[in-house]
Amino acid sequence: MQNNLLGSLKEHQNKLLTIWSDLLQANGSTDGATEEEESKEFTALLLDALERSNGNANSHEFEKVHDLLIGISSSRGRRGFSPRENAQYLIAFKEAASKILSEIESDPSNLYSANLQLSTILDNMTILTFESYMKGREDVISRQIDEISEISTPVIRVWDGVVALPIIGTLDSSRTQVVMENLLQQIVDTGSSIAILDISGVPAVDSLVAQHLIKTVSATRLMGAECIISGIRPEIAQTVVHLGIDLTGIITKASLASALQTAFDMLQLTVVKRK
Amino acid sequence: MERIPILKMGDFLLVTIQVDLYDQLAENLESDLINTINKHNSKGVLIDISAVSIIDSFMGRILGNIAVMSKIMDAQTVVVGMQPAVAITLVELGLSLNGVISALNVEKGMDLLRAKMYNGDNEEQVYDNSNQ
Amino acid sequence: MTTATNKEELFIVKEQDVVPLRNRVKDYGVRIGMSILNQTKLITATSELVRNLLKYGGGGKVIIESVNNGRDNGVRVTFIDKGPGIKDVAMAMQDGYSTGKSLGLGLPGTKRLVNEFDIQTELGNGTTVTIIKWKNG
Repeated sequence: MQNNLLGSLKEHQNKLLTIWSDLLQANGSTDGATEEEESKEFTALLLDALERSNGNANSHEFEKVHDLLIGISSSRGRRGFSPRENAQYLIAFKEAASKILSEIESDPSNLYSANLQLSTILDNMTILTFESYMKGREDVISRQIDEISEISTPVIRVWDGVVALPIIGTLDSSRTQVVMENLLQQIVDTGSSIAILDISGVPAVDSLVAQHLIKTVSATRLMGAECIISGIRPEIAQTVVHLGIDLTGIITKASLASALQTAFDMLQLTVVKRK
Repeated sequence: MERIPILKMGDFLLVTIQVDLYDQLAENLESDLINTINKHNSKGVLIDISAVSIIDSFMGRILGNIAVMSKIMDAQTVVVGMQPAVAITLVELGLSLNGVISALNVEKGMDLLRAKMYNGDNEEQVYDNSNQ
Repeated sequence: MTTATNKEELFIVKEQDVVPLRNRVKDYGVRIGMSILNQTKLITATSELVRNLLKYGGGGKVIIESVNNGRDNGVRVTFIDKGPGIKDVAMAMQDGYSTGKSLGLGLPGTKRLVNEFDIQTELGNGTTVTIIKWKNG
């Protein structure tokens, strides 16, 4: 392009900002002061880049603008804007810029090519805001997954040398890994020689879950500690036998209380009532 | 040739494995240990593997061999300090190290060895009494 | 789609080469932030497979790579030998099967330790085993 029409937008920066904020106000995707600051910074940076890039949409001049935009859209995301509103934010800018272009240029073919370039540049940026929004969401989800697996396997020190781990919910293979890791690490950290695995909160025990339990017991024994499984409800005992699962090598107890009693026996402790 | 040192502590032997094992090293440990048990007439062996970051099927088999061999020479073997990740990996691999007795740390391992010796004597006495 | 970013080759001809190989594999795991447990599983699997490579294949080449499948990072280890090959792969993958003097849980046990396991073998032409352990696998 001969006269760098997009570059000349810089001379109309203030006007552009006014039209843009009017448009934003009209479609309701604005929230005042913070946004005004952001918009000002964005406009200044983008117009600079437009001037220097000379209409080339792939120019590295836009990298800084992209960085700023990612910051803005994640900040807007935190302030409660939907990705749609974030896209509208940029579309409104395009509309404002295009309006000014048609005021300062009368030749239709020049105007057309300038608008085309403007569209390419801003459409790229719109995609970028979507991507950064998605990425932000994915980060939240993966953090929550970590937190859930963290809080769903609390290891409780019930006595000196005895730790208990109540399992709530289904026990699949990835969860078993987390359970085993936490339990064994706690055994090492506390020097506990007895671990109680309470499965009162496990809705059903099938052969796969039983296999996971047996693995956990085996790993505990390899470390040199004993593992008691408690919270065996009548229906669990029934299914276990009906499925032909062999739990005879494992110490099982109906309740956490009787598991604790067994643990005391193993540690040669007695609980006596004070006279 | 690299070898793992075996320390004698009274009736017991203490082995602390500080390096990652390869097959030959593990095989040497097996034969050295059995010979040392024989030489000192040791009653117990304590193998500290807290610094060992992996145990595969071969090394697992060596540990099992040591436990069984020492047993028939009237010495009890206790493996102490297995890392949680090593224990989980062994279980996934399908190795349960049958015959190997383990303890959480050296102190608990020593207690276990002493208890085994004491109980072992008791058992013999009971057996003798019933014969009379 | 799995893409490799980082790659190195090691030649394994004797037992003493095993420890350095395990350390290299560990480095790759550490670099992508793999948990201690997954590192241990990966290194144990490597140890099992490299023993097969030495014992049945008479040594060979091991390739270690950092890989990415778009969702997760991982480590891929490929074991290539020019040994006699495996006669019946399906049987070799069964628990309890072994031709050598091991416990007979080499291949199936190893498969359980990793996320992806592939074995290509041809009688007289050698065996190639490829394993992948994902960071969060």
